[in-house]
Amino acid sequence: MIPDSMFLPALIALPVVGGFLCWQGERINRGVPRWIAFFSMLAVFVLSLYLWSQGGYDLPAGNGETRWRYEVNWQWIPSLGINFHLGLDGLSLLLVVLTGGLGLAAVVCSWREIQRHVGFFYLNLLWNLGGVIGIFLALDLFLFFFCWELMIIPMYFLIALWGHAAETADGTEGRGRVYAANKFFLFTQTSGLLLLLSILSLVFMHYFNSGALTFDYVTLLQSDFPMDPMWEMLVMLGFFVAFAVKLPVVPFHSWLPDAHAQAPTAGSVDLAGILLKTAAYGLLRFALPLFPSASQQFAPIAMTLGVIGIFYGAIMACAQTDVKRLVAYSSISHMGFILIGIYAGTLISLQGVVIQMLAHGISAGALFIICGEMYERLHTRDLRKMGGLWSRIAWLPAISLFFAAASLGLPGLGNFVGEFLILLGSYPSAPWLVSIASVGLVLAVIYSLWMIQKAFYGESRGHSSKDTSALPALTLRERSLLLFLMLALLALGVYPQPVLLISEGPMQIVLDVYSSVGR
Amino acid sequence: MLTEVQLFALSPLIILSASATLLMLLIAFFRHHGTNATFAVMGLNITLLATLLVWSWVLENEPIAVTELLLIDGYTCFFSALMIVTTLACCTIAHTYLKEFPDNREELYLLLLLALIGALVLVSSSHFASLFVGLEMLSVPLYGLVAYHRKRSRSLEAGIKYLVLSATGSALLLLGIAFLYALCGTLSLPAIGQQLASQGDDLPFMALAGFTLILIALGFKLSLVPFHLWTADVYEGAPAPAGAFLATVAKIAVAALLLRLISWFPIIASSALQNILILLAGLSMLAGNLLAMHQTNLKRLLAYSSISHFGYLLTGLAAVNFVSLQSSMIYLFTYTFATLAAFGVLSVVSVTHKVESEDAEGLQHYRGLFWKQPYLAAIMMMSMLSLAGMPMTIGFIGKFYVILAAINSSLWWLIAILVVSSGIGLFFYLRVIVALFLHAPRIARLRIPFDWGRSACGAMLIIMAVVIMLLGVYPQPMISLVGLGSQ
Repeated sequence: MIPDSMFLPALIALPVVGGFLCWQGERINRGVPRWIAFFSMLAVFVLSLYLWSQGGYDLPAGNGETRWRYEVNWQWIPSLGINFHLGLDGLSLLLVVLTGGLGLAAVVCSWREIQRHVGFFYLNLLWNLGGVIGIFLALDLFLFFFCWELMIIPMYFLIALWGHAAETADGTEGRGRVYAANKFFLFTQTSGLLLLLSILSLVFMHYFNSGALTFDYVTLLQSDFPMDPMWEMLVMLGFFVAFAVKLPVVPFHSWLPDAHAQAPTAGSVDLAGILLKTAAYGLLRFALPLFPSASQQFAPIAMTLGVIGIFYGAIMACAQTDVKRLVAYSSISHMGFILIGIYAGTLISLQGVVIQMLAHGISAGALFIICGEMYERLHTRDLRKMGGLWSRIAWLPAISLFFAAASLGLPGLGNFVGEFLILLGSYPSAPWLVSIASVGLVLAVIYSLWMIQKAFYGESRGHSSKDTSALPALTLRERSLLLFLMLALLALGVYPQPVLLISEGPMQIVLDVYSSVGR
Repeated sequence: MLTEVQLFALSPLIILSASATLLMLLIAFFRHHGTNATFAVMGLNITLLATLLVWSWVLENEPIAVTELLLIDGYTCFFSALMIVTTLACCTIAHTYLKEFPDNREELYLLLLLALIGALVLVSSSHFASLFVGLEMLSVPLYGLVAYHRKRSRSLEAGIKYLVLSATGSALLLLGIAFLYALCGTLSLPAIGQQLASQGDDLPFMALAGFTLILIALGFKLSLVPFHLWTADVYEGAPAPAGAFLATVAKIAVAALLLRLISWFPIIASSALQNILILLAGLSMLAGNLLAMHQTNLKRLLAYSSISHFGYLLTGLAAVNFVSLQSSMIYLFTYTFATLAAFGVLSVVSVTHKVESEDAEGLQHYRGLFWKQPYLAAIMMMSMLSLAGMPMTIGFIGKFYVILAAINSSLWWLIAILVVSSGIGLFFYLRVIVALFLHAPRIARLRIPFDWGRSACGAMLIIMAVVIMLLGVYPQPMISLVGLGSQ
């Protein structure tokens, strides 16, 4: 019998070891890495579901009782008070399940797309996923930062080595994948150093006040040394900016459309579905609870940025001709809701944020998979060259419509629940902003339906204007992959209660800290 | 008269000097590359052993002062050991690099040993006389090393450039020493430190001028901006093993000396001189990284990157608090390993991709290396990631400590510059890494089949790579080691 404490390290070790085996497995043949990657992610997914099935997440933290369902705490760098400290609560669990599921999807969707250097591709993909899981489990600020930086390098390679070449020479699309990868890396890495500075400032403030040098999340959270408001605001802003770049919040977003447009399908799925969630997780786990009063002060600005993001993303999405850029801008728009929900600070809005994170991960991931499948058939991402595809590709158009409807917030699907809860929960604290934000939903309808209209209805256009012959239908692999995601989204939309139940405890704790300081 | 303990403390120096002399005789009577190289390496290994013995003795007992000139303590031994190991690595690089060398090969090892003697004297000096002698003993063999490719005009040019600028630096250093001597009437470092400390917080002008000149001289040797102009040309002209030695041992020794000076003259930290340190640090970080951005020559790129790295080092040093000594030592340690790995790969690629007797300096030589030689390219990648300070490599720990020290002293402007320049730095380290993965140009360059993994240099590279990764993930051994050195 495996001891309980080994589960969490195993969640990180599985993709990391699997990735390494993929690299070496390529020596045998190209198929081996794919299967190794598949089984590693399957194991992560199954293990995370097993941990869910064990229950025990709905307990809010009692007095002195640990709030982590599973916990591991090993010494790492004792002279600096750094421990290898992992913990799993409801929030972490949900995101690990999401990572497992979408990671599996990313492996499957790149089955045929990636033909060059397959082993090294899966090494990068799996190490990236391992880093992300590390972020969701880390309870030591140093370890968190370590994983935060660690997931960037493999992502960089995914974009730079397997990305799409620039499609046309008009405007920003002309710049290639290395440009996009560099931009991604510079944005995230520089903001990462800001995060490191903030972490160190916090740790030293604690050290000067208590004499104990520690990076432990729980210790830092529980210490109540007097913080200079100015200093607290600056450090909180350091955290916020680092997360805002990754989320992305509007003035820091410009890497995202480029990265998405150029990334391979698996990279986009990973980026939109999982990586963006690490930022929301960071805000929920670190920025808010560690600096409650500064966050309270900052909340109106953050929520305004959220509203700006919703509109900016949606309007930009309406103007895109590259279908992947369109989905990328729609992500910016959806992340605006998450930002509003986080800073609104009610239990309902926070619960909505959790649902929205999961639902957006699935729907955006699926849309990127669909873009990838269209690209494999048409060799273009340009909406102006599509059209009339409904009769030419079996299965795909209807499934696309499903996910586009999810993205625009159709009741019955996960995104609706998320957005509804966020708007409902945020209304009491910021009625005006929420009223404006809900207008953003109309824009979501416009760009989603516009995308479907352009791609699938009307007449065939562009270079293949005379060509009305059928294109290859979706294979069994592609169908079952999309079906899996559809079912997940449907389940989340129709019966979100199990998710809400296990995220309630952690969200309540965030809320208790956040609202403990007077407004 | 020397006591037994003092002789024991000097044993590394004695053994090393004896090896150098014997090596010279051996070359004179029996010129054979393999034998001579093995002899040099054996000498270095015995020296290392002696150093470790002295180190353990010093830790158990007390620091040993050998006359007024030298002081052997944990700090000295840490840096001696580090530099001996580095020289060993340089020897293995040289052994590979010199495989196809058309001229006399053996003297390179001799020059390496001689320069190392100077470096060891430098880090153990406690007197301006021994300090100066050490510095010159380090510099003079370096002229020869840099110009070792004597039929290549760029190498000669680099040697002369280094000679002129290094001599200028030495002259400034002498003038600075003269100022301090005129003020204090002694050359002993502790004695000068005591005299200055007793005069209160305000430094007399003479001392200020003296220290400024000394800092400028050391700035020349460390190639800090604005005294960096020689660096790129010298790195480019020097053969790869000499470049590796120049980038590591020569700089470690001088940086260790600077650290030592600051610990002897704490007054440096509390005066206008700290502003000079901060200015040098900021300029070096920014200029080094900016200048490296558009380099397509790997050696020049490494030269500019080393400028910026000593800017980072100086950031930790200028902080002057309880972590700054430790952070500087860790930084030097991490920088050394990453740099050695980079130069090692450069040498291996130079041997296998030799084009018209030039080193493989252009980034185009590295295009697609990963698909042909994945492990070699992976080592290069790790070295670059480590230099860029990415997690899971040792470089991250170094940068982490520097930021730790700087935050502790609230040097916010310097930290801001560090963040910005690290961002710029990423840009060119990434260029090297991307080149490794691009498709190779369709020119067959692989002329000489060479199983690098089985050569001494290959073994060294693999050890370096393991150290970079292992200590990057679990840095505690390195921190403990530095702790032993900074007691």
